[in-house]
Amino acid sequence: MTTQDHHHDHDHSGGSELSEMQLRVRALETILTEKGYVEPAALDAIVEACETRIGPHNGARVVAKAWADPAFKKALLEDASKAVATLGHLPRVGEHLVAVENTPQTHNIVVCTLCSCYPWDLLGLPPVWYKSTPYRSRTVKDPRGVLRDFGVTLPDSTEIRVWDSTAETRFVVLPMRPAGSAGLSEDELAKLVTRDSMIGTGLARAPGAA
Amino acid sequence: MDGVHDMGGMDGFGPVQPESERDPVFHAPWEARVLAMTRAMGVANGWTIDMQRFAREELPPHVYLGSTYYQKWFLALRQMLIDHGRIGADEVAAGHALHPAAPLPRGAFTAANMERIMRRGTFDRPASAPARFKVGERVRTKNIHPATHTRLPRYARGHVGVIERIQGCHVFPDTAATGEGEHPQWLYTVVFDARELWGADADATLKVSIEAFESYLDPAV
Repeated sequence: MTTQDHHHDHDHSGGSELSEMQLRVRALETILTEKGYVEPAALDAIVEACETRIGPHNGARVVAKAWADPAFKKALLEDASKAVATLGHLPRVGEHLVAVENTPQTHNIVVCTLCSCYPWDLLGLPPVWYKSTPYRSRTVKDPRGVLRDFGVTLPDSTEIRVWDSTAETRFVVLPMRPAGSAGLSEDELAKLVTRDSMIGTGLARAPGAA
Repeated sequence: MDGVHDMGGMDGFGPVQPESERDPVFHAPWEARVLAMTRAMGVANGWTIDMQRFAREELPPHVYLGSTYYQKWFLALRQMLIDHGRIGADEVAAGHALHPAAPLPRGAFTAANMERIMRRGTFDRPASAPARFKVGERVRTKNIHPATHTRLPRYARGHVGVIERIQGCHVFPDTAATGEGEHPQWLYTVVFDARELWGADADATLKVSIEAFESYLDPAV
């Protein structure tokens, strides 16, 4: 399916040949604009906000804070929406955000088998693979196989916990703090937090790793 | 509905293809326009998130599986606009407006409405009755097959799990999707042993949870 075949080295040069989808989407926007249903500038603003204001950099700040501050971590695990709201420098996140903690005993993975539910106000829009049929179909049955696709192997004794986002609760994983990160500042810790580590398909980076 | 969107546990879709975290948010400019138009028209028309999900689920199975994510969004948005009388099929064919605009329930979407998009909606509502189940209680999910939208996935129907969290009283998607109203219900995190869902050969270290509305559940006897 095309989601899987997508290559990123085309469609970005703004060449003269417009794709069929581009033409169909442009036609719909023309109709909506001519009818006065929407202002193109308002659409521009939505796109800009999705590309810059939200994103995994916000989630990384929250994880770094939780690693550095035990009281914040406790508050985050009790009520993530409320805890994140106390961090003034982040965009406001909605309600029903739930943070789940990875430990040596338990590894959490988040999926939405029915559509693409994702904590976008904390992590931005989901990556293509999160919305893909392979991820949505396999994660609830063969999460270790899915983790192998990401190059992640966990000990056989680690319990895997999959959270299927079937309602408006939104889950974010608090990854384990990597070894060798003692004494790092929150800014330095945030650089170790990957998007995938907050979904549960990856681990936080080790300090000094690329 | 028992559609292809309800794909938890299905085989044959191949490996997951991880993506670099440096990849752009949108992979083509039209994807961004589709997302923005969908959000804007959702607000302007007062369409609930579940109405929009239901529209995507109603795409024909071969279209659903053969389309990229934003293609599905585009097709569902265009269909909703036609079904609700906001645009005509003749206008789609022409690529231009041919008829006067229909009044939108919440008015046209302008830049001033931006913050309504970026702030996630709230779905909890006052409860009219206490929660029926307690944390730690064993429950069995119902074996239901509604022809319309539901958030109880097929793989988790008719199985015994344990109430792990009580998430509050939330808008009920099954009625919100069809315009029948919010009918709030208690929402629970219900956790299942993988062997309960997938049989004796399943990974013994795996547990799977769903977010289940109260009416999806019976006490397990």
